[in-house]
Amino acid sequence: MSTPPASAPLVEMRNISKRFGGVHAVDDVSVDLYPGEVVGLLGHNGAGKSTLIKMLAGAYPADSGEIYISGEKVAIETPRDARRYGIETIYQTLALADNLDAPANLFLGRELRTSLGLLDDDAMEHEARAVLHRLNPNFKNIKDPVKNMSGGQRQSVAIARAILFNAKILIMDEPTAALGPQETAMVAELIKQLKKEGIGIFLISHDLHDVFDLSDRVSVMKNGRLVGTRDTSKVTKDEVLGMIILGKLPEEETPEELAELH
Amino acid sequence: MAREEVGMVTSLEDAISRQTHGHPLSWLTSRQTFWVFLAAVIACVTLSLVTDTFATERNLFNVTRNFAFVGIVALGMTAVIIIGGIDLSVGSVVVLSAMVTGMTMAAGYPIYLAVPLALAASLAVGLFNGVMVAFLKVPPFVVTLGVLSVARSLAMVLSDNKMVYQFGPDHQALLTLGGGSTLGIPHPVYFLVVLALGTGYFFRWTRWGRHIFAIGGNEQAATLTGIPVRSVKISVYMFASLMAGITGVLEVGWLGGVTTNLGQSMELSVIAAAVIGGANLAGGIGTAFGAVVGAALIEVIRNSLILLGISTFWQGTFVGSFIIIAVLFDRLRVSRAND
Ligand SMILES: Nc1ncnc2c1ncn2[C@@H]1O[C@H](COP(=O)(O)OP(=O)(O)OP(=O)(O)O)[C@@H](O)[C@H]1O
Ligand SMILES: [Mg+2]
Repeated sequence: MSTPPASAPLVEMRNISKRFGGVHAVDDVSVDLYPGEVVGLLGHNGAGKSTLIKMLAGAYPADSGEIYISGEKVAIETPRDARRYGIETIYQTLALADNLDAPANLFLGRELRTSLGLLDDDAMEHEARAVLHRLNPNFKNIKDPVKNMSGGQRQSVAIARAILFNAKILIMDEPTAALGPQETAMVAELIKQLKKEGIGIFLISHDLHDVFDLSDRVSVMKNGRLVGTRDTSKVTKDEVLGMIILGKLPEEETPEELAELH
Repeated sequence: MAREEVGMVTSLEDAISRQTHGHPLSWLTSRQTFWVFLAAVIACVTLSLVTDTFATERNLFNVTRNFAFVGIVALGMTAVIIIGGIDLSVGSVVVLSAMVTGMTMAAGYPIYLAVPLALAASLAVGLFNGVMVAFLKVPPFVVTLGVLSVARSLAMVLSDNKMVYQFGPDHQALLTLGGGSTLGIPHPVYFLVVLALGTGYFFRWTRWGRHIFAIGGNEQAATLTGIPVRSVKISVYMFASLMAGITGVLEVGWLGGVTTNLGQSMELSVIAAAVIGGANLAGGIGTAFGAVVGAALIEVIRNSLILLGISTFWQGTFVGSFIIIAVLFDRLRVSRAND
């Protein structure tokens, strides 16, 4: 069994379900996350990973189930609610307004204002430069509309937005899908640093190696259900692959089945 | 040494990239606005040369005033287009507002009561449009097409479809408000200038302005970043109706009377003005200045048809073609950008 750290969980999602019409996108899933911990969420396309974390992000309400933040039951109905609890999200779709530039996107919905209540473009640009350079020192054209940026730059903007506001809980849905090796390494470095600061991170990625390198525990989903959660240090990649593909726990997987995977 | 070279290269690259695509978006739109502006100026100069009726004080007075009406409504339409919507009801709001003003004053009430009442009626229409679009998710085209019919019909009911031309004790004040001039410039033009500057300012420097562009650019992203998308949408439809309402008040004063066909098919000129001025019907792009310039070009062309003795029946052809051509240009631009 998995052995989560001893402190109170930062996030606990209990028995969460969500249907879209006839599709049971998330079916009675429970996951948790501790301060300074990275939990990798794994599963095939359509397993329900994004749907699960979107309910934590306030993108849509759960049909049933409960969410606890630091032990307290909370109702997260809108993205604003989530932000109030210190939850920041990097969406798989990035959620950027293509016609606006990087600073505008970073501060969307939380624009900095001058004492007169007007947009403080200088301050926003200044902060945007600082945070974007931390992720990507070659980031020059931050005043371009993001539609003119490369996929990697757009992803950097989405990541920067999530780390700009002192998140306590970070949701990263495929944060490196569009990044090159160098930028991916930078994001890995960033995750380690945020971890040190005590931030809890849900990391969704298709890259099993990345997840193994970065996460303390892995939770595997298949067809909307949770297959199981394991300490990363106590499972092999093959066993996790078995969980993803076969939907079985390591102890249920037979050596023959594992051999089939290769 | 090597390090220095790298520094050189990046700063050079930086300089070039800043030059070539510093602000491609604002640059493109401002370029379209610039060309439209140029076209309007050329049309004016040509007309002054080939006709001796264009550059007369009387004609210029009329042109600027007429263009002010379209321009004011186009400011509101631009905001609606920026959020990716459309408002077909503006022409009917013009007549409704004009009729409420006229009827109230004809009943003996003062102008300072009639005008707020007219604007309140206009805002109510905008509120209805906005709620239907934002909360009930009815496509804006459908809602505002329905309201186009309803608002004009209400104006007819209100007036029993009769002309109103006696405005009670404040009759003269109303005529001065919309039909008078100060320093040789018609009053509606002052309204246009102030409202255009105000709109441009709000677009650029307020959260509301930032949010309408975000909604037009990616509504889902706007929602996910906590922007109150629905209330912003409602406010935008109310803003558009308010602009139409103000225009209605000014138009009664100018005409000295209201009939229920006032503002008929005005929505087309207004949409054309906004689109010619660079507003993108797909949402996310548009400027207040563009709306004004677009309105100016349309009015100059309309005027030139009259002065050149071409049947005014052609007007609709021009306005309609303009909308199509402007959108077509936009498509070409997009497909070229994607190559
Ligand atoms: N908004 C929606 N409306 C209808 N069905 C949806 C919606 N969002 C997700 N689904 C469905 O729910 C299921 C789970 O989708 P989800 O996006 O959560 O999977 P995922 O694990 O994130 O997949 P991927 O790895 O491809 O991102 C899929 O069958 C998907 O088609
Ligand atoms: Mg997903």
